[in-house]
Amino acid sequence: MTEAYQRVQAARQKGRPTSMYYLTQIFTDFLEMHGDRRFADDPAIVGGIARLAGKPVTVIGIEKGVDTQEKIARNFGSAHPEGYRKALRLMKQSEKFGRPVICLIDTSGAYCGIGAEERGQGLAIAENLMAMMGLRVPVISLVIGEGGSGGALALGVADRVWMLENAVYSVISPEGAASIVWKDAAKAAEASEALKLTASDLYGFGVVERVFSEEDGDFAALCEKLREALAIEFTMLSALPTEELVQLRYDKFRRIGGDER
Amino acid sequence: MLSRKLFKKPKNRLEGEVDSAVMQAEDRRVACPECKAIVPQATLQAQAYVCPRCGALHAMSARERILWLVDEGSFHELDADLTPIDRLGFPSYAGKLSKAQEESGEQEGVLTGTATIQGHPFALFSMNPAFIMGSMGAIVGEKITRLFEYAAEKRLPVVGYAVSGGARIQEGIFSLMQMAKTSGAVLRHSEAGLLYVVVLTHPTTGGVVASFAMEADVILAEPKALIGFAGPRVIEQTMRQKLPQGFQRAEFLMTKGFVDRIVPRNAQKQELAQLLALHQRGAMA
Repeated sequence: MTEAYQRVQAARQKGRPTSMYYLTQIFTDFLEMHGDRRFADDPAIVGGIARLAGKPVTVIGIEKGVDTQEKIARNFGSAHPEGYRKALRLMKQSEKFGRPVICLIDTSGAYCGIGAEERGQGLAIAENLMAMMGLRVPVISLVIGEGGSGGALALGVADRVWMLENAVYSVISPEGAASIVWKDAAKAAEASEALKLTASDLYGFGVVERVFSEEDGDFAALCEKLREALAIEFTMLSALPTEELVQLRYDKFRRIGGDER
Repeated sequence: MLSRKLFKKPKNRLEGEVDSAVMQAEDRRVACPECKAIVPQATLQAQAYVCPRCGALHAMSARERILWLVDEGSFHELDADLTPIDRLGFPSYAGKLSKAQEESGEQEGVLTGTATIQGHPFALFSMNPAFIMGSMGAIVGEKITRLFEYAAEKRLPVVGYAVSGGARIQEGIFSLMQMAKTSGAVLRHSEAGLLYVVVLTHPTTGGVVASFAMEADVILAEPKALIGFAGPRVIEQTMRQKLPQGFQRAEFLMTKGFVDRIVPRNAQKQELAQLLALHQRGAMA
C-alpha cells in the first residue's frame, strides 16, 4: 500500500462528503437550476445560484450521491454531455450577471457510454475548456474528492484550483493506467504512485495553488475555512480588470508543461 | 552498431555504400490491414497511402502527411528542437520515448510549421499515429499551443491533422493540462477572427477529441475514421454490451451532427485549398 493509493482510497471513501454537503454548508440561499436547455437534466452535475458571505455566486458541483439509490440516479458522479452543457449554461449566465463561479470537482471521469458518445461527450468537454478559458468572471475550482481526467478538467479551468488534502487529480484512474501500461489493473497502487496525483504532488507542480487540511475529518470546520478563503479570494479576483483576469488565467495554464529548459 | 557496419561494408570501395533509405522505400512491401494485399511501399506512397486494391486508408506518419499535402518545398517546420520531458520519472517511459523517437525519426508526436496549398499560406499541425499511439504529452500540447499563438500573431489560418489515442498517461497531470492550454490558444486564434480547419483521421480519441480536435470552425473527417471520447472497448466494458456496427465512425458522427464533411483522401488538397480561399481576407468584399 503506497501513500498515494491511500489518498485515492480516502478520496473514494464511503461517507466522504459530496458536493451537496459543501453547497449547503458553505453557501446560503442555494437555488438549484436544472437542465441544459438542449436535451435533458443530468443529475450527475448540480448547479445553481447561492450566496457566499452575502454575495450572489454561481455554484456548480459534480455530485456522486450519498445512498445507493441516489448514487444510481446520479450515475455515481459520471456526467453525460448534458451535465457539462448545464454547467456551461450556468457559467455563461454568471458572466451576464457578473457573478463569480465556484466549481466543485468529484468524479471518477466523464461517462463512457453509448448515449454520451452519440451526443458528443468530447465536444461538450472541449467547449467547456474553451469557454472557461475566456470566462469574464472569476472562477475557483475545488477538487473535493476524485479529479478524474477530462471529466474533471471540464470544470477545472479556473483562476484558482484548490484541493482538499485527501483529494486526487489525475489524467486517468490508477486502475486505467495500470491496465494500459502494465496490462494489469491490480497494479493500481503502483500506478497511483507513478502518476503523482496527490494534492501535495500537484501543489509542487504548480497545478494547484492551495491545499486545504481536512481538519482530521471535521468537515464542518473545513467548510468554515473554505467559506472564508473563497470570500477573500473572490474579493481579490473581482478587483482585477476583466482583461487582466482572463490574461492571468491564460498565462497560468500556458506555463504548465512548457519547455523551461 | 559497429559490427553491423562492418558487415555492410562494400567489398569494393569504389562501389560506395548503398543508400539504405532509398533501398527501403523501393523494396519495402506492406500488407493492407483490410484486404491483406501485398503492396509495394512506393506504390502506396504515390497513391496517398490508399490501398490500390480495396481503397482502405493506410496510416500516414506526420511527415508523410505533410509532404503529400502541401506545395512542394513549402513546409517550414517550427519548434523542431522541442523534445519530450519525463517530468514524473514514470517507470519505463524514458525507454519508450527513445524507442518512439528512433522508430519515427521524430522528436515528438506532432509536427508543426507553415506551408502553402495551391499557393494559400497557412499554419499546420500533423500528428504521428505511431508515436506512443499519437498521445498528447506536454510538448505535443506546447507545440500546438505555440502554433496557434504564432498563427494568431501572423494572421494565418490553421489546418490540423488529428490522430491520437488521447492524453499521454506517462506524463500524468501535465498531459491532462494540455487540454486546457491548447483550448486557450485555439480560443485566442478564433477570437482574432481566423479560420481553423481540422481533419480527424483514424483514430482520434480521448483528450484530443475533448479539446483542440473538436474546437475547429470546420471539422472534416477521413472515411471510416474512429472518432470518440472513450475508446470502444471501454464503452463495451462500461455498458456490458456490444457496440452497434459503425459506432463512432466518421459517418456515424456526421449523421449525429458532429462532423461537417467526410472527405476522401484524394479530395482533401482541393477541399482545403477551397476552404482557405473562401476564408481569405478580402474574399467577402
